[in-house]
Amino acid sequence: MAGLATVFGSGAMSNSVAEIERTDALFVIGSNTTENHPIIALRMKQAVRNGAKLIVADPRTIPLVKFAHLHLRHRPGTDITLLNTIMHVIVREGLEDREFIEARTTDFETFQKNLENFTPEYGEKITGVPARDIIEAARIYATAGRAGIYYTMGITQHSMGTDNVISLANLALLTGNIGREATGVNPLRGQNNVQGCCDMGCSPNVFPGYQSLTDPEVRERFEEVWGTRLPDKIGLTASEMIEAMLAGSLKGLYVMGENPAMSDPNTTHTLEAFRKLDFLVVQDIFLTETAELADVVLPAASFAEKDGTFTNSERRVQMVRKALSTPGRAKDDLWILGNLTARMGFNHVFESIRALGYKVPEDNDAKQTIMTPEQAFLEAGLLWPGIRGMTYQRLKNGGIQWPCPSQGHPGTPYLFRDSFPVGRPAFRSITPTESDELVDSDYPYVLTTGRILFQYHTGSMTRRSKALETVAPCPFIEINHRDAALLEILDEDPVTVTSRRGTISLIARVGDRVGPGVVFIPFHYREAAANLLTNNALDPICKIAEAKVCAVRIDKVGPTA
Amino acid sequence: MISLTIDGREVSVFEGTSVLEAARILEIDIPTLCHDPRLKPFGGCRLCIVEIRGMARPVTACTTPAIGGMVVTTTSERLYRLRRTIIELLLSDHPNDCMVCARAGDCTLQEQAYFYKLRLNRFTGEMRDHDRVDANPFIKREMNKCILCGLCVRVCDEVQGVNAIDFAFRGFNARVTPPFEKDLDCEFCGQCVAVCPTGALTGKVWAGEARQKDVKMTDTVCSYCGCGCNITLHTVRDRVVRITSRPDTHNRGWLCAKGRFGYEFINHPDRLKTPLIRRKKGGNLEPAAWEDAFDLIAGQFTRIKEESGPDALGGLASARCTNEENYVFQKFFRAVIGTNNIDHCARY
Amino acid sequence: MPKGVTVNVCMGTGGIAGGADEVLAAFREELSRNSVEGRVLEKCAVHQVGCRGFCARDVLVDITIDDERTTYQYIRPDMVKRLVSEHIIGGEPVADWMVSDEYHRFHDLQKKIVLADCGTIDPEDIEAYIDAGGYRAITEVLESRTPAEVIDEVRRSGLRGRGGAGFPTGQKWELCAANEADRRYIICNADEGDPGAFMDRSVIEGNPHSVIEGMLIGAYAVGSDSGYVYIRAEYPLAVDRLRLALDQARAKGFLGPDILNSGFSFDIKIKLGAGAFVCGEETALIASIEGERGMPRAKPPYPADKGLWGKPTIINNVETWANLPPIINNGADWYAGIGSEKSKGTKVFALTGKIRNTGLIEVPMGISLRDIIFDIGGGIEGGRLLKAVQTGGPSGGCIPQQHIDLAMDYDNLLAVGSMMGSGGMVVLDESDCMVNIARFFLEFTQAESCGKCTPCRLGTKRLLEILTRITEGEGRKGDIELLEDLAGDVRDTSLCGLGMSAPNPVLSTIRYFRHEYEAHIHDKHCPAKVCRKLLTFFIREDLCVGCGMCRKACPTGAADGKPKAPHHIDTSSCVKCGACYDVCKFKAVLKE
Ligand SMILES: Cc1cc2nc3c(=O)[nH]c(=O)nc-3n(C[C@H](O)[C@H](O)[C@H](O)COP(=O)(O)O)c2cc1C
Repeated sequence: MAGLATVFGSGAMSNSVAEIERTDALFVIGSNTTENHPIIALRMKQAVRNGAKLIVADPRTIPLVKFAHLHLRHRPGTDITLLNTIMHVIVREGLEDREFIEARTTDFETFQKNLENFTPEYGEKITGVPARDIIEAARIYATAGRAGIYYTMGITQHSMGTDNVISLANLALLTGNIGREATGVNPLRGQNNVQGCCDMGCSPNVFPGYQSLTDPEVRERFEEVWGTRLPDKIGLTASEMIEAMLAGSLKGLYVMGENPAMSDPNTTHTLEAFRKLDFLVVQDIFLTETAELADVVLPAASFAEKDGTFTNSERRVQMVRKALSTPGRAKDDLWILGNLTARMGFNHVFESIRALGYKVPEDNDAKQTIMTPEQAFLEAGLLWPGIRGMTYQRLKNGGIQWPCPSQGHPGTPYLFRDSFPVGRPAFRSITPTESDELVDSDYPYVLTTGRILFQYHTGSMTRRSKALETVAPCPFIEINHRDAALLEILDEDPVTVTSRRGTISLIARVGDRVGPGVVFIPFHYREAAANLLTNNALDPICKIAEAKVCAVRIDKVGPTA
Repeated sequence: MISLTIDGREVSVFEGTSVLEAARILEIDIPTLCHDPRLKPFGGCRLCIVEIRGMARPVTACTTPAIGGMVVTTTSERLYRLRRTIIELLLSDHPNDCMVCARAGDCTLQEQAYFYKLRLNRFTGEMRDHDRVDANPFIKREMNKCILCGLCVRVCDEVQGVNAIDFAFRGFNARVTPPFEKDLDCEFCGQCVAVCPTGALTGKVWAGEARQKDVKMTDTVCSYCGCGCNITLHTVRDRVVRITSRPDTHNRGWLCAKGRFGYEFINHPDRLKTPLIRRKKGGNLEPAAWEDAFDLIAGQFTRIKEESGPDALGGLASARCTNEENYVFQKFFRAVIGTNNIDHCARY
Repeated sequence: MPKGVTVNVCMGTGGIAGGADEVLAAFREELSRNSVEGRVLEKCAVHQVGCRGFCARDVLVDITIDDERTTYQYIRPDMVKRLVSEHIIGGEPVADWMVSDEYHRFHDLQKKIVLADCGTIDPEDIEAYIDAGGYRAITEVLESRTPAEVIDEVRRSGLRGRGGAGFPTGQKWELCAANEADRRYIICNADEGDPGAFMDRSVIEGNPHSVIEGMLIGAYAVGSDSGYVYIRAEYPLAVDRLRLALDQARAKGFLGPDILNSGFSFDIKIKLGAGAFVCGEETALIASIEGERGMPRAKPPYPADKGLWGKPTIINNVETWANLPPIINNGADWYAGIGSEKSKGTKVFALTGKIRNTGLIEVPMGISLRDIIFDIGGGIEGGRLLKAVQTGGPSGGCIPQQHIDLAMDYDNLLAVGSMMGSGGMVVLDESDCMVNIARFFLEFTQAESCGKCTPCRLGTKRLLEILTRITEGEGRKGDIELLEDLAGDVRDTSLCGLGMSAPNPVLSTIRYFRHEYEAHIHDKHCPAKVCRKLLTFFIREDLCVGCGMCRKACPTGAADGKPKAPHHIDTSSCVKCGACYDVCKFKAVLKE
């Protein structure tokens, strides 16, 4: 996300899901859309039926490939070379959008120079994609009236994830496929409210609405509303926190509704960090792998037991409504946080807002610290113009896409129509770097991880569904049949997979979903947690770990034939 | 724009609009069984027949494009009789076991039978008997209740692009089936279940659950991926008994297997129901009162903050929690604890 | 000395079934073994030709010497020797084997346009077609006519579709041509799913190039570059000959890019159907070509507006296409001069049932049923009385004997409750039960219903069930009215022609033979003595010689008696299978 925000000044899906149907060309890279975003994938399939051309770039033959005109099966970790090569072809054939480049961007000249060496032949050598496919992809994307880019973790979860994203932004800028309907650069969000969580300032460097906390003016405004002095030092990212925990400088951690002990790369390393903590609070609906390590576990409400809003991938803020009461003595998260706030002696939650002249519903006395969802939402709107025009009343009918700065504003289906928050975005020359961990004779296979249709994330929800468990009961590793033949592994054989960080046992699925030299494991299964194997090397800018590429060895279990 | 007359009222529509759509603009109710505005018109059930001046026989409103100057009649004695015969024919090959059917009260066929007051049937005869066990854990297929409206076939093709089912055989033996009458093996999105007008396709996970009585419906948003699909929770007291999705939302009523069928976790016995505290390092997590939990947390956080400064504390927010909760969470860390050590695990 | 000797052997599917292959081989062998050419000092050509219609007399052989043609019937390979030695070498025709007067009467009242060259030219040789004037029409059209002129010619000819509905062909083309489109398609409907029909098969087997030329004319007229022939896979000979003909036409430059240097390009693909009656329905056929299950689509939009792959499409029947070259060659006025006021030209019928001369006939529109049955057809077999004529295939209707002078054309047939259909004609006599006939046709249509629309899928099933129970003596009071009601509703609400016309056999038999229904229902009696369950079998003692055949055949022991003494049938254990009736050589077993 950092990548997109640096280029454009905003890091969300630039366009809307419904617009996908009206696109002329779709470039889907690093996104197994049908399995991870099934409903967004429906729009892609519809676009194809409507005549759009679909290009899928993925090391795996994902189900979407069935609908694609072109499948670029590049080696994991070679996205930048692939993209630079595509852009090389576009420039070479004069397919770039000169008018757009001149009117709305900067730094094209140097960028263009940087592309010179990325010939399709060179691209083929590095990525494994035939040069003629690269050329065709370039032509399809650049000559379409409206072309959209869609990506997910397959792009970001790399040590060069930020550069990957910037390269995608370059591609869109080069062809003027941004700031118009049915175009754009569109990260599809993996979880229901990643977008909202980012929007709400749950990042160490920004306040809600991506407002820089180092900007004194911004900070003053927050201090005024919150009625207290605020720290100006940028905090630690999640992955930095792990290192700080290991170093002993981060002593207390409060985890609300996440399961990093399972979802973070290099689990052994993560667990060690968690064990070093002085004090760990976990608030969740299940006793997750992380909660098992906690000193205090707080039982929270599921989405069905509370009111509030979620913001989906396309920036649509939608109402979540309470249908059930919380089980046992579990409580909703705002109640928990409000009580803790009081315990920590911060009793003036509503005072400053009142002082600013805003009406706070009467039933809150000055001492009360528990906010209702609606109060919290309005307060956030006070501080972030992006949602200022939204009220629960207005959100009732299908939600609104931010920015929506005022009551009469209809919301914004696509961004950057007239301008970018950064003014004129600059092309950035990106030089490919190699994945942090490369294959060698000891660990000859590239492991990439991801999700499958019938499971979700660390499985705390889906693995409790008997029906879903029936169809996707056990962990597996996808191996190309050529590799399997060399290893004398048959379909359904038990194998062990080992990286420099750990070993897991699972069943082999032999086929051609992955190419030779590449293997895939879904990360949902605690009994064979893929993240025991993955690398926690970080992207230097946005500090996402390289969950998508690491080197592994595969061993057949039992006597070899 | 073209204009036509339906039941004596004029309406203007865009070229390409069907007579059915035009009638619906006028809020004229034409019964249908095989129509769904999200899918291509099919014209199979024949219930939406109307009379058009100049045309010798009744035509289906769903498939007939509106033409300027058209004069349409949607109700007449003749049409009533013809529609009634159609329903009667359908019922002559239907188990009519509404008492024990999952769709009772929510079944288009039942509704039409009621509307056309079909108590006795002139056409008794052979009934289909192709019930069979289907091993999949999601979708129950009772094909004796199928009226061959083709909605499931079309949604699987036109929307999901999976083509897991299609028509097979001819005449009275025609049926909807997976290839070679094997067990259903698909993405189990349940789109077919959502569009089925009868009890032929239902969810196994909600079999035997409450149908209508005491069921409360709550519109909310799915808690799985970032698509943010609108869902409606069907609950009885504090149990989720079913999930559906309204067609008039941005996801158009379509869901995936997780969103539609994967709700068991909500009422799962594993849910945390009480605060747990580990009273000493290496000890076990034990149930505790909220007060004790808060005391412990406040005490430890205050201690760490005093001993090592606020930056020795950190918070990981959640991509699963609401905006409001995340807002309050980061505010808690910034304003109450005094640190910007706040992030979330899924910052992608 | 004779100028030339030609032997034509009828090699349609019927001829081949009758052993024409062997006959042809025998001629070739016999002629060369005897070095006949040397002895008659001329080239002897042996040709296979298509069906000429009189299949009941197969194998038919023409021997033509110096334009003097003699036709032989019922020829077997062992008869060839004598034909060669006596007729070809000896110059003396074999009178015993020549066709009778009946053969000539069969042909006299016919008028052959579509079948003109069937049975005279070799269908596997494009030169034979060209020699007979083939591809002259398309050459002329490409050289000197505009598409609009061609459409106009066809419109003025009054040609109506021969596939069933009788839609004016010129008008259909005009509608198609009027649409804005980047592509248009031409389809030849050769599905011919009516049981017992073989008109289209015979045309393709006998003269495939005439269909190709017709399609070329249509393609040029509407501006299409791509055509399909949808033909059932159960017609292997027709498919082979068509394939060969397409190859030959391509080789000669009549198909492919830039035909005859005119700039006009067109080619034809063959699409095999899997034998579903409903796939002959144009929209189902289109769905089938598109790779979908052959289920009809609602009209409008009509194929001429939105057909194959959503593009304007002309779909015509084989016979319709084959009419086009003669229309162009002889002009619209010539064509419009044949036939009745609103139905022009000729129609090919497959004549079957209780008639002496079964076979394929081509007659001018407007000819009376009487002429067809009693002149061409040679009258009813066994001297029984004509009861009705069923036309229009399984979904047609029954025309009662009183309408025997009806002039056969589209509109008259509709008026009496039947239809032209594709040209099936089944003659029924007094030994046919009309309820059973209706049941028989319903059995076919309900089994062939695609299942898409409710009235056809379930309505035909229920109609069939009611008819079945009537023929089994279970008929109830009110069943006739119920049949009428349901048949009407099915006709009015069905999606495609199959369901719309499936009730025709029921409605038309009730209309003209209500008394037969009533007899079945009220008196539990089948007047034609066909419905077994309504019959009683008994043995006339005066005729029975006690041979015991009935006793041996009876599955239940109901027929019994002492040897050489009259037998009798115990009605309580008789299951009315009819075995005794069938085996009795003395006609002593009677049914009532
Ligand atoms: C059930 C059904 C079966 C049909 N079968 C045939 C067929 O076998 N051959 C044919 O030419 N037309 C058949 N038709 C008629 C076609 O739908 C269509 O009218 C015809 O091909 C148009 O060609 P024409 O105008 O030359 O008659 C059938 C129609 C129906 C309703």
